[in-house]
This record gives sequence, C-alpha cells and structure tokens, in this order.
Amino acid sequence: MTAADYVFWVFATATVVSGAVVVFARSLIYSAFALLFTFFGVAGLYVLLGADFLAATQLLIYVGGILVLLLFGVMLTHRIYDLKLRTEKTQLGPGLIVAAGIFIIFANAALITEWPTVGREPAPTTKEIGRLFLGEYLLAFEAASVLLLVALIGAAMIVRRKKDA
Amino acid sequence: MDITYDLLLRIFPALADAPSWVLVAIVAGLPALACFAFMGVGPVIYVYAERKISGFMQDRLGPMRVGKWGLLQTIADTVKLLFKEAIFPRDVDRTLFLLAPIIVCVGAFLPLVVIPWGARLQTADLNVGVFFVAAISSLSVIGLIMAGWASNNKYALFGGMRSAAQIVSYEIPAIMLLLVPVMIAGSLSLQDLVAVQAGGLQNWLLFRYFPIMPIAFVMFFVAGMAECNRTPFDIPEAESELVAGFHTEYSGFFFAMFMMAEYTEMFVISAVSSVLFLGGYLSPFPGGVLQTLGPLPLGWFWLIFKAWFLIFVMMWLRWTLPRLRVDQLMHVAWKVLLPVAFVLVVVTGFFVLLPETANGFLWDRWVAWPLTLAFVAFLFVVMVRALRWNRRRAQELAA
Repeated sequence: MTAADYVFWVFATATVVSGAVVVFARSLIYSAFALLFTFFGVAGLYVLLGADFLAATQLLIYVGGILVLLLFGVMLTHRIYDLKLRTEKTQLGPGLIVAAGIFIIFANAALITEWPTVGREPAPTTKEIGRLFLGEYLLAFEAASVLLLVALIGAAMIVRRKKDA
Repeated sequence: MDITYDLLLRIFPALADAPSWVLVAIVAGLPALACFAFMGVGPVIYVYAERKISGFMQDRLGPMRVGKWGLLQTIADTVKLLFKEAIFPRDVDRTLFLLAPIIVCVGAFLPLVVIPWGARLQTADLNVGVFFVAAISSLSVIGLIMAGWASNNKYALFGGMRSAAQIVSYEIPAIMLLLVPVMIAGSLSLQDLVAVQAGGLQNWLLFRYFPIMPIAFVMFFVAGMAECNRTPFDIPEAESELVAGFHTEYSGFFFAMFMMAEYTEMFVISAVSSVLFLGGYLSPFPGGVLQTLGPLPLGWFWLIFKAWFLIFVMMWLRWTLPRLRVDQLMHVAWKVLLPVAFVLVVVTGFFVLLPETANGFLWDRWVAWPLTLAFVAFLFVVMVRALRWNRRRAQELAA
C-alpha cells in the first residue's frame, strides 16, 4: 500500500463511522456534530480524487454554512437537552426496497465511472469548473442562482414582522 | 508538500531511496513541527504585546514584575496554565467538552499549511490556496458552538451561538473580498497572488487600482477581525454580559488552547491580508533589495513583519473602540460590507477586462498613485491635527 492508500482508508473509515453515528445517535446534537466528521471525510476523499476545488467547497458550504445553521436550529429547539429520538413506526418492507434501489444506483455509478487514478499529480480544476459554469452549463447555473435568490427573498418574507399583528 | 520535498532532497540526496512512509512522515512532519513551534511560541509574544500595548494606551505600565519590563510574565503564565488542574464541571458533556478545543485549534492551525513564507518556503502550494484558508476557518466555528453547548452553561451557550451567527455573517463578505485580488491575479494559489505584486512597494495591490484595493483591504481586514472574535466584534465572549462566553467553563490547558487558537487565527488573518494586499513575503524595496541577505532569504522576515504590524493594528483597535451591539454587527455585515463587496467585485471585473497594456498600469500611474498619496497625506494631516488637539487639551486640563 502506498501512502495515499493509508490516507484513503483513514478518510473512508472516518466518513463511514461518523455517518453511522449520525444515523444511530440518540441525541440530535450528537448527530449534528458527527456530521462534521462525515463532511470532512468526504472532502478528504474528493482531494484524493484530484478534486481540490470541490473539497474546499464541500468544507466551506457544508461545514461553514449548512452544519452551522443546523446546529443553530438544534440549539434553538425547545427542550433539546432531554429530547430522545425514537422511531415510532418501523416500515421494514418499503425501507428495504428504497435502500436497495439507492444502493444499486450508487454502486452502478461507482463502478461505471472512470475515477482518476489515486496518486496522480492533481491538475488545477478551478479554471475548468469556471469555464464550464459560464459556458456549457450557463443555463443551469443561472437557473440555480435565480432559484436561490427566490428562496432567499421568500425566507426574508416569511420571517418579516407583520405590521398589523 | 512537494516544495518541502524538493528542499530536503537538495540537502539530503539519499532521501530519494527512502520508503514512502518515511518520506511522508518527514515531508509532512517537519513543516508541521515548525508551524507548531511558531504557533506555540507566538501567543506568548502576542499576549505580552497585548498587555503592554493596552497598558500604554491606558496610561499604565502593563506587566512589570516578572523579569525586566515584565518580559517573563507570559512565560510564567503559560507554565501556570500548563500545570493547573483542568476542571470538568459535573454536568458537562465530557466527550464534546474535550473535543471542542481540539477542533478549534485544528481549524486555527491548518491554514498555516498554505501560508507562503518565501518563494520556496511553503508547506504546500495548493491550487486552491486562498479558498482552502476560507474553508478551513469554518471548522473553528463548529468548535466554538461545541464548546458552548458542551459546557452546559447558559452563558457559554449564548457565546457559542453568537459566535456562530457572527462568523457565518462575516464569512460571506470576507470571501467576496478575497475574490478581488484573486480576479487580478487570475489564480487562487497564494504564490501566484504574491507574484503579481513583485517589484516593490508601488506594485503591492493595496496601492493599485485606487478606489478598489484600499477599500477592499480595509473591509477584508474588518471582516477577518470579526471572524477571530476580536473587539470590537467580541460579543461571543463579551465579559460584561456573558462572563467569558463560550470558554466560561474551561480552565488550565484547555483554556490555553482557546487562547492559542485565537492568537493563531489573528496571525493567519494578518498573514493572509498581507499576502493578498501587502505583497506577502516581498520586500518593500524595488529591484528585490533586501529580499535576501547574502545566502539567507528574508521572505519569512517580511511576512512576519507585515503580519505582526497588522496584529498590532488589531490590538490598537481593540483598546480604542467599544464593542458593537448584535444588531449593529449584523447591520455592518449585511448592509454595508456585503453590498460594497459586490460592487467591488463587479468593478474589478471591468479592470480585468481592460486591454493588457492598460490593465491597471496607466490607471495606476496617472490616477491611482497620486490619489493614494493624496489620501495618505490627508490621513497624516488628520493624525497630526488630532495629536495637536490632544496635547492642547491635556495642557488645558492640567492648567
């Protein structure tokens, strides 16, 4: 095994173990904090695949933005300290079918995709991503930004203090 | 990583035959050790400087008892903190309570990987350098929230939540402002960002593209100061309201870790600001004068000099300005910094699009430099007048 292999196993284990904690933890706050390590592990895997920009984005958006907001929400929740999460209803059949379907799709994607070989000199991806965003995928990019803007305005509208109330 | 490797290979050619894990251990371990030593010793100096500076600003002497001029005071304090018992209150969440200072420290120390101390002196020249710094610094937010929650203390929780709100808000304008020099350099790598500014003081980005860069620099510095929770942005640990904020329950070495992280973050913000706007490791003299002293490269000296100057500015502001209220804080971030940052990015885009010969050069020569000089002169006049007024006032009061 080369050094990159060891690093891969470290990141993979961190991702899987912390992902399990997210799912199985009884306390909401533990799940949220375990997500930190999941995101970090995934970012590490991106780096190993040569996607440095994507890895940094993963950290910035998911850890710096989404996870913080999540924690913020969890802490504002009433009686978070003694809230124990319990599954009230278990639906084994449909759950298994959905899980199996997702597994098949992901496994197929993982096997079909030609991954960049590990240990290769990482090529700068930032320029290419920028060119694709503002060239080939301009429509999707602009549509996404308009969508986000609408979401932002909508959120501001909802939390606005009503004058007559 | 490869830069250290090259450097080591030049000194010990036998390394090329070593097994890979030895290489990784050396190549990753040595810079880590060097950074860690610097960051371990740094806070000792910064804390002493802060206490002395605050003392002088408030017409006191600061620490004077331990050693000449109190020079050994912070060393004594460090030793005390190391030997003190770390107290765990009964109802804290022990796992998260222990994990929080570690995460904060990791978030504070990791950006040092990409800080360029010289053209060949950098742990890793990542393609996404600046972006990496911005991304990693979000780790410490999580640590602060974790500390606030795990302490099981309402003041700590408030501190954690306030810091989360503050850092998330100020991260957005900070990243927008990062884009301004990045657009000029056309690269996210910190080495390329420094290379654009080669050729002496007049080529530093701060002094070019007149209206854009000075504004961008000041705003980036302000946002950075907010990100490391320094006064006037220190509501997460406002001692008059929240005891000590998120680290209320921490003692001994864990408290020292929070302090170390805070001062390291100050250094990182200052170093990144100087790389982006003040030429990084370049000497201020044109023609590469004093870039090396004989065989000794001086890049690290210039970077530390500039970063420490900015740290001094941070301390100066801390002991000059009062703390902002929460609503004022949000107002500054969302209604002042962010719109101006958007405008700056768009205007910078126009500058970048100008043809190569005119790309800032003519503008810099005929417009930017005279205006910058006029602005500096104006500031100087204001300062002198303020000093005179101060002296007259002191005389009047004495009479």
